[in-house]
Amino acid sequence: MPVIRRLTRLLTAHLDTQLLVVLLLLMGVGLATIFSGSNQSVPRISSQVANIMVALGVMYIFANVPPHFLRRIALPLYVFGVLLLVCVALFGEIVNGARRWLYIGVTRIQPSELMKIAVPLMLAWYFDRYEATLKLKNYIIAALLLIVPIGLIVRQPDLGTALLISAAGAYVLFLAGLSWRIIIGFGIAGAACLPFVWGMMHDYQRQRILTLIDPTQDPLGTGYHTIQSTIAVGSGGLVGKGWLQGTQTHLDFIPERTTDFIFAVFSEEWGLFGNATLLLLFLLVIGRGIVITANAPTLFTRLFGGAITLTFFTYAFVNMGMVSGILPVVGVPLPLVSYGGTSLVTICLGLGILMSIETHKKLVQS
Amino acid sequence: MSELTINPGVELRNSRLEIHHFRVRLAIASIFVLCMFTLLFVRFFYLQVVQHDYYTTLAEANRISIVPIVPNRGIIVDRNGVLLASNYSAYTLEITPRKITDVEALIDDLSTVVEITPRDRRRFRKLMDESKSFESLPIRTRLSDEEIAKFAAHRYRFPGVEINARLFRQYPQAELFSHVVGHIGRINTHELEQLEAKGIEANYRGTDYIGKVGLEQSYETHLHGTTGVEEVEVDAAGRAVRTLSRSAPTSGNNLVLNLDAGLQEVIYRAFGDFRGALVAIDPATGGVLAFISKPGFDPNLFVDGIDPVNWKELNESIDRPMVNRALAGTYPPGSTFKPFMALAALTLGKRRPEQVISDPGGFNFGGHFFRDDKVGGHGMVDMYKSIVVSCDTYYYVLANDLGIDNIANFMAQFGFGSRTGIDITGESRGILPSSKWKMDRYKQKWYAGETISVGIGQGYNSYTPLQLAQAIATIANDGVMFRPHIVNYVEDIVTRKRTVVEPQPMRTLQLQPEHLAVVKKALVGVNKEGTGARAFAGTPYISAGKTGTAQVVAIKQGEKYIESRVLERHRDHALFIAYAPADQPKLALAVLVENAGFGARAAAPIARKVFDYYLLGKQPTPLKPDEGAAGARD
Repeated sequence: MPVIRRLTRLLTAHLDTQLLVVLLLLMGVGLATIFSGSNQSVPRISSQVANIMVALGVMYIFANVPPHFLRRIALPLYVFGVLLLVCVALFGEIVNGARRWLYIGVTRIQPSELMKIAVPLMLAWYFDRYEATLKLKNYIIAALLLIVPIGLIVRQPDLGTALLISAAGAYVLFLAGLSWRIIIGFGIAGAACLPFVWGMMHDYQRQRILTLIDPTQDPLGTGYHTIQSTIAVGSGGLVGKGWLQGTQTHLDFIPERTTDFIFAVFSEEWGLFGNATLLLLFLLVIGRGIVITANAPTLFTRLFGGAITLTFFTYAFVNMGMVSGILPVVGVPLPLVSYGGTSLVTICLGLGILMSIETHKKLVQS
Repeated sequence: MSELTINPGVELRNSRLEIHHFRVRLAIASIFVLCMFTLLFVRFFYLQVVQHDYYTTLAEANRISIVPIVPNRGIIVDRNGVLLASNYSAYTLEITPRKITDVEALIDDLSTVVEITPRDRRRFRKLMDESKSFESLPIRTRLSDEEIAKFAAHRYRFPGVEINARLFRQYPQAELFSHVVGHIGRINTHELEQLEAKGIEANYRGTDYIGKVGLEQSYETHLHGTTGVEEVEVDAAGRAVRTLSRSAPTSGNNLVLNLDAGLQEVIYRAFGDFRGALVAIDPATGGVLAFISKPGFDPNLFVDGIDPVNWKELNESIDRPMVNRALAGTYPPGSTFKPFMALAALTLGKRRPEQVISDPGGFNFGGHFFRDDKVGGHGMVDMYKSIVVSCDTYYYVLANDLGIDNIANFMAQFGFGSRTGIDITGESRGILPSSKWKMDRYKQKWYAGETISVGIGQGYNSYTPLQLAQAIATIANDGVMFRPHIVNYVEDIVTRKRTVVEPQPMRTLQLQPEHLAVVKKALVGVNKEGTGARAFAGTPYISAGKTGTAQVVAIKQGEKYIESRVLERHRDHALFIAYAPADQPKLALAVLVENAGFGARAAAPIARKVFDYYLLGKQPTPLKPDEGAAGARD
């Protein structure tokens, strides 16, 4: 049936098989772990399956959107996002002591989530536009484009998101060829600024960092999450306690078992072998992203693709680092594994763009 | 590459260079990614392989909770099996203050569901002040079924409040045994430290109560038992999910006392409205048959922590019900000291029994006239008569002849001035005066004049009723002395094994039988024809006794003591020591009646009732006031 075969090829032309297989594997790991972490809750699973469907749909759409379209919407999206952030600062709703949400008639939205895509997109567009004549001035402007939304997000306060967006922006700057002298200079200046940053932090943020240094300081308060998740990971051992057998998980010692701390559940039940496998899967996604980026045809796609790939890495690293007690507790989900629609959609959108970059490059070149 | 030539170059070369630069940067980023993932892997390896055992232990400790199972406290019964301290189980409503922000508001709220009296509130507040915040403390005890059901329906409103089934201690005999059985109470910080110092705090996990006074305290280790443990799997909220293993607790041992509850009650009633103390001992064993300090108090009030109002009432009462008069109260022995003085005189060779002195109604020493109780004196007095009629002058002279240190040395062997070693704590030593004692106490030398009144049991002399009882029991038992003990035996309720408390004599005094016989004959004479004759008229058994009167306030020289003119609380204490049957004593006692006047009138009739009940099984008939009073004086 050549018609069907041609139709299938047309429909899947913009999908990247390697990325798709690996991300489906990761989602499968996620479902299995959510099942365990939610004490075998079927509603949780079906709800996550629905999230996955939506996310795959978004991925499919963005895989088919040609990169030059994204380039076109970069500036408006960025401006729109910054405006929303300003609105949040002015009229935002306060939830749990942080002003992060904006109520828009029917539902609440969190504009900082949008900026996770909009900021690297904007920077990639900016460098692409001035590709021929990149000067120091351009890097400074790019830095300003980065600092404005981050400043607004830090004020909310939402340090975790601010750091992730900074990282995404910094990756673009780095990949765009920011001079080493400046990078090192900023590194030193940044270190020098640390005391001031400390002074500006909110108490709960300082507490998180102090807790990281010594979780036992406050075992029932802020240290509790770190202590319990570290125990879960450590007690998992080489091969883990077995699926659905984690005591830390099933006796409620791990907080946020299906979302931010899902890795503790996985780690307890699958042990070091499971962790190594998971790291490998993430590396496959990242590796594929790097290959796509390396072969991307334009500076815009290179920078944007690189930022997406490295942001994905950052999510995974920060989350696993936090659960295993080497990074402070920040609200970052484990990409493709944690329960929750928002992060799943954001990640799949990014991966869709990567696929788009890969599958549209011939068109660009021709 | 033909199209490349269309654009002569710069941009393309730049572009290639740019791609090269980009790929270098990307490669650096990839290395960074690999480094970070390696770091994660190293961390996982460290946690899951190197530190695996450590974290497994932590996870197990998280998961497994050792729940202590509190053993049943041993019960206490009298010699006939009458319950003196027992346990009952009841439901309590308990609050964990740590989980509550506003305890008062919560109690207000709770009182709409379950009745909470102001007394409950006061008691709870006191408990809260005394205990650590993580404990759950009872606000109400003995909930009815209806109250339990009512609370259960509203329990969602009260996080941090729960109903627990607990064993409670009960003292059915209430005040009758308050001073001897004692009571338990909640473990305080000080007691916890003591338990830790002894290294037995583990056995008290889950136990809220500990013996505070009396036998409950002194036999705590026997009564408490061994705490069992249950290993349960718990979730993060501390809820037990399932039991993993269990080792049963071992109940505490029961105490079977020498005390006789019937006798105890007879005595308590015989005191009427008077305060006082009585200790009755089986001379042949040292077993304490009766131990009364009146007034007593209701020990049940203390079990769950006494509320401040009741505490104040007990603590500030002029009758001082909290004082254990028999154990800790010290009183001058008055004339009950005379038989011991007589024995001292015989043993030290200062008097022969038949040696006679003349009593002109007093004794002049150093310009001070020591009055005899009988105006005009008793005439010619030998040793027998001196005891029977209680002649003061005989003993003034004798004391002077013996000297204070001879008296002290002799009396010490009867246990005067030292603790008897009875099996409850809080005993007073009393005061056995000697020149050394006075030097230690007042840094003054002893004056010979001070010896005179010691001879009739006044002066510095001061002993507990228990010491007097032990001393007379020793005479009754021909000088073989036992450590008085309230507990007959400790019974292991599992093996039924009985551990008898000290059946061995403590010491045998160096007394000549013929000397003892003289004194014992005189003591029989007291009840036959002397100061105790009225009270003991018509007994089918032969008894021996000695009356005594202890001055509460000193009477000026030359002034006559007239009872009706003296404030009730300043009246003399009445004393009586006795044993019966005289030939083969089964019971020896000392009785003290506070502010009751002459020993013959107030104390001896109580002793009579004790013997009648104990030897004849006779229940006493209500006594007419002043019966047997008009007889001989002290």
